[in-house]
Amino acid sequence: MAIDFGFKLSPSSAINLDRLDTEAFNRLAELEPDVRKCISCGSCTATCTAGKFYDIGLRKILIYLQRGMEKEAIEMLEHCMLCGKCSMVCPRGLNTRHIVLSISSIYKKTEQ
Amino acid sequence: MNKNIVIIGGGPAGMEAASQLISLGYSPIIIEKTSSLGGHLARWDRLFPDREPAKDLLNELLVKLNGANVFYDSDIVSLNRLNDSYNVILSNGISILAQAVLIATGFNLFDARKKEEYGYGIYDKVITNADLESYFKDGFDERFNESEIKRIGFVHCVGSRDEKACNRQCSKVCCITALKQAIELKEKFPDSIIYCFYMDLRLFGRKYEDIYLSAQKDFGIRFIRGRVSEASEDIDGNVVIKAEDTLTGKPLKVTLDLLVLMAGMSANPAANKLAGMLSLAIDSDGFLQSYDNVAHIHRSRKKGIFYAGTCTGPKTLPETLSEARSAALDIHNYLKEQDSHGD
Amino acid sequence: MIYQGKQKIWSDYNKEIPDDHWYYVRSCIRQNFFPASERMMVEICKNVLKKDFYENPNHTTCGGIAYHCDTLPQETAMTIVARQFALMTESGYENYAASCITSFGNYCEVLETWREFPELEAKIRELLWKACRREFKKPKYLCHTSDLIFKYRNEIAARAKYKLVNRHTGEPLRVVEHIGCHYSKMFPSKGVGGAEYPYVLVGMIESWGGNVIDYPERRHCCGYGFRQYHVRANRGYSLSNTHKKFESMEPYKPDMIITNCPGCPYFLDRWQYVISEMTGKTYGENGYGIPVFTYEEVAGLVLGYDPWDLGLQLHQTAVEPLLDKIGIPYDPKKKYLGLNEKDLKRPELPGTLRCC
Repeated sequence: MAIDFGFKLSPSSAINLDRLDTEAFNRLAELEPDVRKCISCGSCTATCTAGKFYDIGLRKILIYLQRGMEKEAIEMLEHCMLCGKCSMVCPRGLNTRHIVLSISSIYKKTEQ
Repeated sequence: MNKNIVIIGGGPAGMEAASQLISLGYSPIIIEKTSSLGGHLARWDRLFPDREPAKDLLNELLVKLNGANVFYDSDIVSLNRLNDSYNVILSNGISILAQAVLIATGFNLFDARKKEEYGYGIYDKVITNADLESYFKDGFDERFNESEIKRIGFVHCVGSRDEKACNRQCSKVCCITALKQAIELKEKFPDSIIYCFYMDLRLFGRKYEDIYLSAQKDFGIRFIRGRVSEASEDIDGNVVIKAEDTLTGKPLKVTLDLLVLMAGMSANPAANKLAGMLSLAIDSDGFLQSYDNVAHIHRSRKKGIFYAGTCTGPKTLPETLSEARSAALDIHNYLKEQDSHGD
Repeated sequence: MIYQGKQKIWSDYNKEIPDDHWYYVRSCIRQNFFPASERMMVEICKNVLKKDFYENPNHTTCGGIAYHCDTLPQETAMTIVARQFALMTESGYENYAASCITSFGNYCEVLETWREFPELEAKIRELLWKACRREFKKPKYLCHTSDLIFKYRNEIAARAKYKLVNRHTGEPLRVVEHIGCHYSKMFPSKGVGGAEYPYVLVGMIESWGGNVIDYPERRHCCGYGFRQYHVRANRGYSLSNTHKKFESMEPYKPDMIITNCPGCPYFLDRWQYVISEMTGKTYGENGYGIPVFTYEEVAGLVLGYDPWDLGLQLHQTAVEPLLDKIGIPYDPKKKYLGLNEKDLKRPELPGTLRCC
């Protein structure tokens, strides 16, 4: 019978790149080379229709996918309406709608 | 022309100014504290943005210098004004009466050991940008084993933008140098993963943004916005670093086979010594203060004393060379004016 | 690891420590946690090395623990410190040696604050005078008592009966050194060796024959953090920090841990039990933990004092595996005998962590 101390070990909130699995993101980058071009300017988040109501932004999604935070990225993606406003503002010309669809197909499959 | 011009410092600025003055008909004298010309350029392998060999530029500068007077291994013992001239006494006992003095003392590469938390000089696999250039040049570095290099990190702003390192200024060239070196390492070790840890990416120059784009897209360099707070060594002798990934707002750690510290440019104490001899102003960043910061960067506030290159703050090579040419022309005009006053 | 690189840094942080005439102040909690440590400090300084080492019975807490728990304002903490200094002045001393790292950090902070804000020092002098009619001089030299043992390390080594060497293999023991945060993280120049690679404990370990382990989380806090421990609901934070350190040092198979702070050895020692209960994991050999010591206890051990006279039976993590490695004799039957052989009774033993 384990002793109840009234407190527990806290899980680490740190990102450990040593344990990062880059396989899925590499597949995404093969399909969508532009995902590597993002400079995290945040224009997409600023203009996002859904972003006014939910925590969503393509730049965050791309960062999360590269830091092993797939779950958070997929959750964000659910709010995307594919309206395309982000593709209009992206200074590096990312085909954002296509990227969103590719992320969905790669990561949702991985999840299943 | 029987005018003496003393150029203090035989790096790219001093060499270029000297060759320009030679083509204007003068016989400038270069005072070099070491036994060879070229300064930091002589220790570098390839140059941004086009990755041309540093030795090509050095050779070009040397060829143009053909016939210039150079005093090697020489320090300035004293420098003081004598009527319209300056009396320069060298450590080898020679004294020169110069009508114009060009200070081209350059910068000091920041001593990365001062950032104790990064463990340079303590952890084997922590090197500097200068060490990496030597490695590219010589083809080996005894500190690390090439076959083991799979994970590489670059730390931008080592000793730059850092008040605790007494260098508040941006060193200007390190961001683009890091990208150049990251790409070169990726070419050498195609299977490696390379991270750049930056506070801001300051890629201001022509073509630099293209290099950034190419680093991201063609070479897969991973950029993490956050300053490395500390490095340590694990049981296998690899380097473990901590940083914040500020774009997710989370602390981050990663183990690396090689950590490259982008040591920045610090003011050269030799310039401060000259400033003391001549009562020249030093700016808050420790570099020499120019006449102004727009039109006359190459000019001091003292008659007959001119500046070229990084003695007035961090600069790229093209800026340094342009400034050396400006200074040479300005010296020429100054001496002509002195002559006309004399007549 | 390039040892010369560390030596270079150590030579940059050379703290001046006078050899003699020290005024000693104790910690609030160390006598409860590690009861013989401060006794050993006095014993070594006065009886072994014959130094002038004085403590005034009227001295109190420095107020640091309450200050760091946000339960008293800085002026009050400073006035307590001023009274401590007044007692030193009245006793005719000017070298002040604090047993506690929190106190040492507190004294450094107060002196530095007064240096920058002389008007505050004047105000504190006034408050002290109003409160108890005392006046003080600031210490000429301030040190932590680990600085002093560092200073005397070679004299202790010269008198040592035992070395930090595994008698079975002849190899130096693998020693983890842990420095209290407030020793030099706030004022790197006040610590022997600075803040990144402190030399204070390394010097002792090397002088007494051991090898120091430099593991990735060496600089990490033990996790105590005052409020993080004092509030029960926060203890998971404290525990998790200690856990992180043990996970990081584990591959090096440390034989022992030496610390210089009141809280650190307590938590590095006690949390090994809690971690073992929560995760089933132990970090020493054969189900034991890694024994944790104060530097005075280790000094006492190498000088040949009886382990039970050093209070090592009050450690949670059993010290016997280490005593066996060094070859220090001990009588298991006497482990729980107190002064004049009074029976202290055997404690209940944990389920997972092996204890003797």
